[in-house]
Amino acid sequence: MKNISIEELKDIAIEMRKTAITMIHKAQSGHPGGSLSAADLMTALYFKEMNIDPNNPTWEDRDRFVLSKGHVCPIQYSALALKGYVPYDTIYTLREYGSPFQGHPDMKKCPGIDISTGSLGQGLSCGVGMAIAGKRDKKDYRVFSLVGDGECQEGQIWEAAQTAVKYQLDNLVVFVDNNRLQIDGFCDEIMPLQDLEKKFEAFGFETKRINGHSMAEIIETLDEIRVAQNGKPKCVVLDTVKGKGVSYMEDVADWHGVAPNDEEYKQAIAEIVGGLK
Amino acid sequence: MSIIEKTLTTKKATREAFGDEIVKLGKENKDIYVIDVDIAKSCKTSNFIKQLPEQHINVGIAEQNAAGLAAGLATTGKIPFVSTYAVFGSLRMAEQIRQEVCYPNLNVKIACSHGGLTPANDGGSHQAIEDMGVLRSFPNMTVIMGADYFSTRKLVEQAAKMYGPVYLRFTRDTIPVIYDENEEFTIGKAKKIKEGQDIAIIANGDTVHLAIEATKELEKEGISVKLLDMHTIKPIDREAIVECLDIGRLITVEDHNILNGLGSAVCEVVAEEGKGKVSRIGVQDQFGQSAPYEKLMELNGITVSDIIKTAKEMLQ
Repeated sequence: MKNISIEELKDIAIEMRKTAITMIHKAQSGHPGGSLSAADLMTALYFKEMNIDPNNPTWEDRDRFVLSKGHVCPIQYSALALKGYVPYDTIYTLREYGSPFQGHPDMKKCPGIDISTGSLGQGLSCGVGMAIAGKRDKKDYRVFSLVGDGECQEGQIWEAAQTAVKYQLDNLVVFVDNNRLQIDGFCDEIMPLQDLEKKFEAFGFETKRINGHSMAEIIETLDEIRVAQNGKPKCVVLDTVKGKGVSYMEDVADWHGVAPNDEEYKQAIAEIVGGLK
Repeated sequence: MSIIEKTLTTKKATREAFGDEIVKLGKENKDIYVIDVDIAKSCKTSNFIKQLPEQHINVGIAEQNAAGLAAGLATTGKIPFVSTYAVFGSLRMAEQIRQEVCYPNLNVKIACSHGGLTPANDGGSHQAIEDMGVLRSFPNMTVIMGADYFSTRKLVEQAAKMYGPVYLRFTRDTIPVIYDENEEFTIGKAKKIKEGQDIAIIANGDTVHLAIEATKELEKEGISVKLLDMHTIKPIDREAIVECLDIGRLITVEDHNILNGLGSAVCEVVAEEGKGKVSRIGVQDQFGQSAPYEKLMELNGITVSDIIKTAKEMLQ
């Protein structure tokens, strides 16, 4: 955990959003909507909460991060670049031949990626495995995993959840990016998820639901979780807006996996810089 | 005494070999883990659970989760063996193995009992006739089926000691013990049971003992047989197959669909070399049913007499 103010984190979140959108614009390919909804949490994790060392990405005592919704990797790559895991200017090779920044996270190619993901529903199980290893090895690292709300339609998420409770993984924190949208439209129309907080609670998680774009609420929640070593895995449902920070992307399902053109890109950057402060 | 001269009287299931070997390996190395999916008793991991509870995880009836969890464990340096039935280990968790194990090339082993037609009375739903073919098509994956109790123990040991994803397939039912306890096996290298000049028989798993019996009969009739136990179908021992091409007549025998398994792997090499003829004996691209194991083998033409008949036809 690092000492850093909420104001400083908000400034970094702007850089995170700018970087992610620039990557996607240059690549003319990628997933902006979910990258933007996850930006504030990712900022808090990488720049305050997680015990990590960019100079030693495979340090065995590090906190782990599992991006179960792997398609929003531009926001994770932004964090890795801004933290110094990789030279900042190299990340504009997103999705290019030979790039460490594959369309979905590849642990073999990119330093700082703890597990390759990209097929929805699978990452949380890997996080459970890491957390069990931490418990058995009596290490105090923690495992943070980000899943999408739409992703919770995958049954394997719940297989992983029940395992986390059985093995009392209070070193595991699941964040649900509850942006209410998936590729084909609103989750409530495609396949209603009901109350995800209550669902995780019913599985035996300690849960909380917060505004996923309030840096103050995120930090307060992370502070609470850090001290709650009570044998229960944690789940935080983050109410978020898909495309948060770019007006024309907000709450529009079509911006799930489309890159902005030059004009849209200029507007996006202007709004990110001006609007979120 | 050569294997061909022995009378194969003792029988043991190769799932027992896994159950026995994994306890030994787990005691030697605390990073060896077993992940069960509620079928520990029939996959023979009960002793592991009793003796090494700190290295054991049971996720219940949730195979996909088991594969992903194993991948997570492997990132921390553990060597997890996911233990289930072949039909689930190859199909229910296929995408998880592909995405989270093979794609990042993690050190996860998938150890499966109930291979081929051996879960005979369970019926077609439980008979894994396509598993080795599925796993063979994943990059980074090694695919193995031992022919008896002792070879399986050695191959499990080697799988634990090599880095990377391995699929191991065992029999539910007992099959004859072929090898001596001290016989050595190398993953990716065929075991040459016998040299010969007239025909080459390449078998694996629970069909190797059938190939041995057929060889005995053929030799009595003056037909010289070269016999290989191709326990590893990926990576396939290309050199061993090429050595059969001087004979030019090859028979493959497997308890697996004739598509995509041992027969296909051998055909790929033979076709690329451009000489030789292959006859494939195996499951005839059809689902099984509840029946005695021997009956199912007979229905697919995987018997000693079928091997003999095929050999004679090829020599005509």
